[in-house]
Amino acid sequence: MSSSSPPTTTDEFIKGLWRENPVFVQVLGMCPTLAVTNSAVNAVAMGLATTFVLVMSNLAISAIRRFVPKQVRIVTYILLIATFVTVVDYAIAAISLPLHKALGAFISLIVVNCIILGRAEAFAGKNPILPSLADGLGMGIGFTGALLTLGVVREVLGMGTLFGVALFPAAFQPWVIMVLPAGGFFTLSAWMLVFNALRRRQRALSEPA
Amino acid sequence: MTPEPHWQILLNSALVNNFVLAWFLGICPFLGVSNKVGTASRMGAAVTFVMLVTALATWGINMLLDTVGAPYLRLIAFIAVIASTVQLVEMFIKKTSPALFKALGIFLPLITTNCAILGLALLQTNKGYDLGRAIIFALGSGLGFTLALVLMAGVRERLELADMPDLVKGTAASLAVAGILSVAFMGFAGLGS
Repeated sequence: MSSSSPPTTTDEFIKGLWRENPVFVQVLGMCPTLAVTNSAVNAVAMGLATTFVLVMSNLAISAIRRFVPKQVRIVTYILLIATFVTVVDYAIAAISLPLHKALGAFISLIVVNCIILGRAEAFAGKNPILPSLADGLGMGIGFTGALLTLGVVREVLGMGTLFGVALFPAAFQPWVIMVLPAGGFFTLSAWMLVFNALRRRQRALSEPA
Repeated sequence: MTPEPHWQILLNSALVNNFVLAWFLGICPFLGVSNKVGTASRMGAAVTFVMLVTALATWGINMLLDTVGAPYLRLIAFIAVIASTVQLVEMFIKKTSPALFKALGIFLPLITTNCAILGLALLQTNKGYDLGRAIIFALGSGLGFTLALVLMAGVRERLELADMPDLVKGTAASLAVAGILSVAFMGFAGLGS
């Protein structure tokens, strides 16, 4: 895993999980991260939908990367992404109407999630199909994980439940603020602090004293 | 159901359901361009303008798609229109005011991937606004976005001078400030209803 050897497909997969985590390290895709994480179920659904679009668009863009003129590549990418998002939108509506309602406009808004266009531009447009697939999958799972960390905290504190199951005795007073928009900002801010501290400690350990 | 009066739409979209602080739309520019009050207000103006044009264009597209009976093309059509509108605005500003063009820099083309714009188009469709209401809604949302951006920039200009631990500086501090702003905006709840 030394940095001098060319990255393998596994490396492309793993980097999205932690080292280049789209939410906590690259600070991309903030809108869905904050908006749909008021419960753990919503967070997972949003994460999976984004992962699907990310993998499919990475695959498609990587496959056509030699045929797209440089000047029109962004438009091509975004139209491809919009197509896959439409597929996801209709699929979710078919699977679970309540979920579709809960996520609302944010399913369609996957189109403008900077993570997807960012990976298309930074990775899939330049790399073969297999690494692009791994990259998309890794970033997608990293994104889902990040959403889940937020969703769990907000649901447990804000409603006293986890995946809809009550955790506390009836006397527990839920912190309503956590499921409101402000709670999203506060939770993400707190997680950022935790991850900054972890990364700093890691760096301090890896550097020779 | 009687349609909402215009003033109520304006008030709701600008304050009560503020795009940034209540609906989490347009967080990226909100965190990215809110360093200085001057840049923030100009960015707000550019976004408001694109919102107005988009509202007009999407209203037309909706009419067209409903007549043709192809609602599944909505998303693709919206994003194509927004991308070309932004391109148009970019060329217009470059021609008329090179100084402003320079000041906005990379954030001008990035308006395309600002979810506030696409969000506006989708919400306007979901709510079934007529043309007049759509324009008012776009105006209110743009004003609300600008207000949030300018408020944030004002706080952050002060924060620059504050003595904070290194760990908190940057995104974590900005998000905490955004949270407090969001709490403040909760005070507007019920104002327009």
